[in-house]
Amino acid sequence: MSQQLIQQLVNGLLIGCVYSLIAIGLTLIWGVMNIVNFAHGDFLMIGMFTSFWCYTLFHIDPLFSLPLVALLLFTLGLLIYRFAVSKVMRGPMLAQLVVTFGVSIFLANTAVLLWTPDFRLIDKPLLAGTWNFGTVQISVPKVVASVGSVVVSGALMLFLNRTRTGKAILATEMNRDSALLMGINTDRVNALSFGIGSALVGVAGGFLAMYYYIYPQVGGLFGTISFAIVALGGFGSISGAFIAGILVGLVQTLGGYFFDPAYKYAIVFLLYLLVVWFRPQGLRGW
Amino acid sequence: MAGRTIAVAAAVGIALALFPFVITGPFPLHVMILTFLFATLGVAWNIMGGYAGMFSFGQAAFFGIGAYTSSFLLTRYGVNPWLGLVAGGGLAALTAAAIGYPCSHLRGHYFAIASIAFAEIVRTHFNNWKLIGAAEGLSIPLDTRGIAAFQFDSKTPYYFIALAFLIVALAVCWWVTNSRMGYYFRAIKESHDLAMVLGISFVRYRLWAITISAFLSAAAGTFYAQYVLYLDPESVLILSISVQVVLVAMLGGAGSLFGPVIGAAILIPLSEITRIKLGEKGTGVDLMLYGALITLISVYQPKGVWGFLSTLGASRARKQAGPP
Repeated sequence: MSQQLIQQLVNGLLIGCVYSLIAIGLTLIWGVMNIVNFAHGDFLMIGMFTSFWCYTLFHIDPLFSLPLVALLLFTLGLLIYRFAVSKVMRGPMLAQLVVTFGVSIFLANTAVLLWTPDFRLIDKPLLAGTWNFGTVQISVPKVVASVGSVVVSGALMLFLNRTRTGKAILATEMNRDSALLMGINTDRVNALSFGIGSALVGVAGGFLAMYYYIYPQVGGLFGTISFAIVALGGFGSISGAFIAGILVGLVQTLGGYFFDPAYKYAIVFLLYLLVVWFRPQGLRGW
Repeated sequence: MAGRTIAVAAAVGIALALFPFVITGPFPLHVMILTFLFATLGVAWNIMGGYAGMFSFGQAAFFGIGAYTSSFLLTRYGVNPWLGLVAGGGLAALTAAAIGYPCSHLRGHYFAIASIAFAEIVRTHFNNWKLIGAAEGLSIPLDTRGIAAFQFDSKTPYYFIALAFLIVALAVCWWVTNSRMGYYFRAIKESHDLAMVLGISFVRYRLWAITISAFLSAAAGTFYAQYVLYLDPESVLILSISVQVVLVAMLGGAGSLFGPVIGAAILIPLSEITRIKLGEKGTGVDLMLYGALITLISVYQPKGVWGFLSTLGASRARKQAGPP
């Protein structure tokens, strides 16, 4: 195997871990309340900008602003659930699809208004530099982001499987009516899942801000990819989203390597179409 | 009742016919042309989304394929754009059938996301396809033969052609939804399983809805190309066009004949005027308001203006009938 191929595999794996965390946030919301949050990518963007401003204005490294990012995005998620999403839950399906599109356009353009469409970068994160293995280079911030994403994903799994609240969320995801009959306040579970899903993508944004360009439209790309990942992994399946995230990271970099970098995202979408053709429920859906 | 409907239709018809002669500024005409264009796209979306229940967020792909096919044939081989329109429509319908076949069994969100994925693949490919100018796009050479060349130096002919396209789209939609096929569409939308039990070929009728919708959207694409005389992937193939089309249909009322027309008549002037008034510095204020508006509509008027008007009409009729 050539060194370059190893480099691509490493890059794919590193971005794939972050994709997984983004997608897990989305799949949690999707699974619990059957709503696709088209503003998910914009939540990521707000997470990235929060990190950026903490770094620029207060010299707080992105690693240490993560709790603040999580808290802020949790609150934002709750507000959007309370004032927009919860109102269309019983409405026509088309309204459910469109409502978060409105939120997405609103958030992205609020960011344009406040911070201009410019590209920004955090130039000196605390953990910087690259490790060299022969000609294979591994960037330290990317490793931090990936390991961090995996740790947060693991923590979420523990929370869902080991705590009463987590189990209530899983129960609602499996069957809303039964959960209600078991005395679970499903309305509260909805709000909580929306908040947690938003906090997760915010944290992913905090990690990405360590090395990725920060600009108002950044959410469009990541958002669209995360829909493909979630549907690929299977409706509401957290382990599916995790696996699919890493798969998509690898497909994207390898597709760019073997075919044409300009087509790397198109290849991901093609993969999605192929998978749903043969398995409409996704890889791990039921 | 029927007499009043005819009177309203006649009044609207006369007003639309006189409009370009009474109000002559280029901007109002431009807004009207865009309104007709998006109304046509909305009616096309309605056939597959509103009636057959396939919520496509990828109509820009068909729009773009139509615009690109006629423009490519014209610039490369000198093919008349009217012929190009038919070719573009045919190609879009074929593409729609090819992609629609595997996707036709997808439901709800899965279909919506598949349509986004499809449109993004088309956009990426057109952005990198050297033959059709890649990211630089295509310019359509000037031609002064008027209607024969589908090109005019005044906006008035474009106004009437756009209006004619809309009327054709409405006629197709009316014919489709009042035929046996239309009832099958609605049966499939209401319940996949029930329709299947009744022996309605699910895939066949979904494919009909997708191909008809694609053909009409592509025809609108050719019109757009001949109107602006320049196109690139970022102006005809982007997600925001697809979203705009869905919004037009939803705001007016998905699944009703005139819903998308009403939606376009409200949304397009609103977005054009806010864009001119607020958007010139690129501050994003216009789009911010637009996003907020979409959210408000979905929350407070999810069945669209048409749905609102018909519930209003129904409650008034009930009042006139007196208490039960």
